Amino acid sequence: MIAVVDYGSGNLRSIMNAFKNIGVNVNVTNDKEILKTADVLIIPGVGAFKKAMVNIEPFKDIIIEHVEDGKPILGICLGLQILFTESEESPGVMGLNIIPGKVVRLSAEKVPHMGWNKIKIKKECPLLNDIKDGYFYFAHSYYAKPKDWNVVAATTYHGSEIPAVICHKNIYATQFHPEKSGTLGLKILNNFVELVK
Amino acid sequence: MVAKRIIPCLDCDLQVPQGRVVKGVEFKNIKYAGNPVELAKKYYEEGADEIVFLDITASHERRETMTHVIEAVAENVFVPICVGGGIKTVNDFTKMLKAGADKCSINTAAIKNPELINKASKVVGSQACVVAIDAKRRYVNDPNETDKIVVKTEKGYCWYECSIYGGRKFTGIDAIAWAMECEERGAGEILLTSMDRDGTKEGYDIPLIKEITKRVDIPVIASGGVGNPKHIYDAFKLGNADAALAASIFHYNEYSISDVKKYLWEKGVEVRL
Repeated sequence: MIAVVDYGSGNLRSIMNAFKNIGVNVNVTNDKEILKTADVLIIPGVGAFKKAMVNIEPFKDIIIEHVEDGKPILGICLGLQILFTESEESPGVMGLNIIPGKVVRLSAEKVPHMGWNKIKIKKECPLLNDIKDGYFYFAHSYYAKPKDWNVVAATTYHGSEIPAVICHKNIYATQFHPEKSGTLGLKILNNFVELVK
Repeated sequence: MVAKRIIPCLDCDLQVPQGRVVKGVEFKNIKYAGNPVELAKKYYEEGADEIVFLDITASHERRETMTHVIEAVAENVFVPICVGGGIKTVNDFTKMLKAGADKCSINTAAIKNPELINKASKVVGSQACVVAIDAKRRYVNDPNETDKIVVKTEKGYCWYECSIYGGRKFTGIDAIAWAMECEERGAGEILLTSMDRDGTKEGYDIPLIKEITKRVDIPVIASGGVGNPKHIYDAFKLGNADAALAASIFHYNEYSISDVKKYLWEKGVEVRL
């Protein structure tokens, strides 16, 4: 069972619609018992780091245990950022710290980084099966800087080279919105689902 | 590099339950162009980078109708959706986002209550807060005769006045200065419509677009006046717009979105093909 953590953040309907389009049922829920039994967790996220961390607090242990059990997790946009240790956006607020590193502000001519940008593949990752260097939809002002850049499966360029896809053991995350990135985005979600088939 | 976006715009009249897409000339003379859910799906499949819906009726009781239209649209459209028309409160923003929209655009409410930009961008994020500006040329003989920002155009000097209530009321506000204020208040994007060009097919108001893109760092969507792909090319190359919005050239099948993108690609503009 695929569960989307409903912690009051993000455009959950779009994620549901995208999975529906590829013929997959997802359970959007804040029910801890259901989340505990999920094979796969999806962490959406739109908005500010601090608010997301406050709202996700009740589910923190479930998420960390899920990752420690080796079960796949997918973070999307802010859902990628909160997997990290901390963020410049909300100093003093601890992230989930599943991936060591810091989220920092973009330094580019135009911030937010909003629109379609091309990704560059850095390493093999099941999320990127059959995907080359296509365009994906980004909308963010901060980006994650992992301590170990080997977790980065693809990057994009906006002011500097920034991680677009994280792929490390059972931890997957995209800085862009796959649910808003047309057919290529749907392909990524499909690839993620294939992991647990 | 971020690709230049092509955005079809659906002006929606919500006097029928499922809504209908309309197109006017210079904000008047309304014609019907189709069903919003079907048109949006078609544009998504043709490669639209984003889809904008404007509720041109925008009275209170019709807000619910718009929510249903967006819910239905979002089932088939996997690119960003922006909704405008009659959005007045942060609650209106969150309602639309919950229905499946990714951004909301505000015009009248932002001018009457500029704090709404600050509040909305804090709650839903700048990326979801678009300010729409409807600008009308006001010609002057001498650039020094007004305290407004004056631009040189093909027809002489002018400043640009903001209009609200769908072009029915003028405010005396300088559209260029207003765009800069919107950015400071946290807007994530400017949807810039030329009232002089809207519906004319004479091309976008390049001097207006150029002046605003020079002065703000947030993305600017050019709108009003597109008649052919060359006009879109000009908005990007001469005006430095980040995105181009168009309605009638797509609604009446004069050009498809993929035709426009191929044309731009061949001329060296980075677009998502």
